[in-house]
Amino acid sequence: MTVRVQTADFDAGFELNQLRLLRPDTGAVVSFIGQVRDLNEGDNVSSLTLEHYPEMTEKALQDIIAKAKSNWNIFDALIIHRVGTLKPTEQIVLVAVTSAHRGEAFKACEFMMDYLKTEAPFWKKEKGVFGERWIEAKTTDDDAKLRWTAGNN
Amino acid sequence: MIKILYFARLKESLKFSSEDFQLTENIVTVADLMAHLSARGDAWGALFAGKTNTRAAINHALVENSAVIKAGDEVAFFPPVTGG
Repeated sequence: MTVRVQTADFDAGFELNQLRLLRPDTGAVVSFIGQVRDLNEGDNVSSLTLEHYPEMTEKALQDIIAKAKSNWNIFDALIIHRVGTLKPTEQIVLVAVTSAHRGEAFKACEFMMDYLKTEAPFWKKEKGVFGERWIEAKTTDDDAKLRWTAGNN
Repeated sequence: MIKILYFARLKESLKFSSEDFQLTENIVTVADLMAHLSARGDAWGALFAGKTNTRAAINHALVENSAVIKAGDEVAFFPPVTGG
């Protein structure tokens, strides 16, 4: 179970190889990469700056992995989240999960992203021709998290 | 004494990132503390009077506004998170 918060970029291929080779009984690796878009709310975006709450962030991410582990039979999980200023097409986040079979890994990966979006203390501010603005939280992200507790997963 | 931290839009609007704060008898919960802070007026009023969706954490864990604050706690206020 690995959590990293860093300004530097990451090599997703390398990270996934490390993860899948931890156990020879691993049969599935599912991953998600989030990247900076050059468009938001119809406006061109030139950069995105991520602020976080350093003392809380790693614990929040570890808690999310622990929740996923208690819900599904997964072997291992990795979350890398970047902070600082990023340009369009740069990677923001990597979430990866391993398990014996794909079903558990697919669900656990989506669960972890839905919880990361609503519980991990990161805030995005974007820059563009409009100046600077904080990105607003989306109610669709809250809805996505609630699915997992509504018993229809 | 407790430590209060402010993040993101709150930190910018309040021009404050942290402060040491002396708890009083009438400040028991997060909601009590928010009511006290909103009385400082201006940006504080807008952010803590309940019209804005301000979230709180105590000792690095997200809490509801009914959570009880104890001496020595680190209380953080911030807007809904937008990572990922």
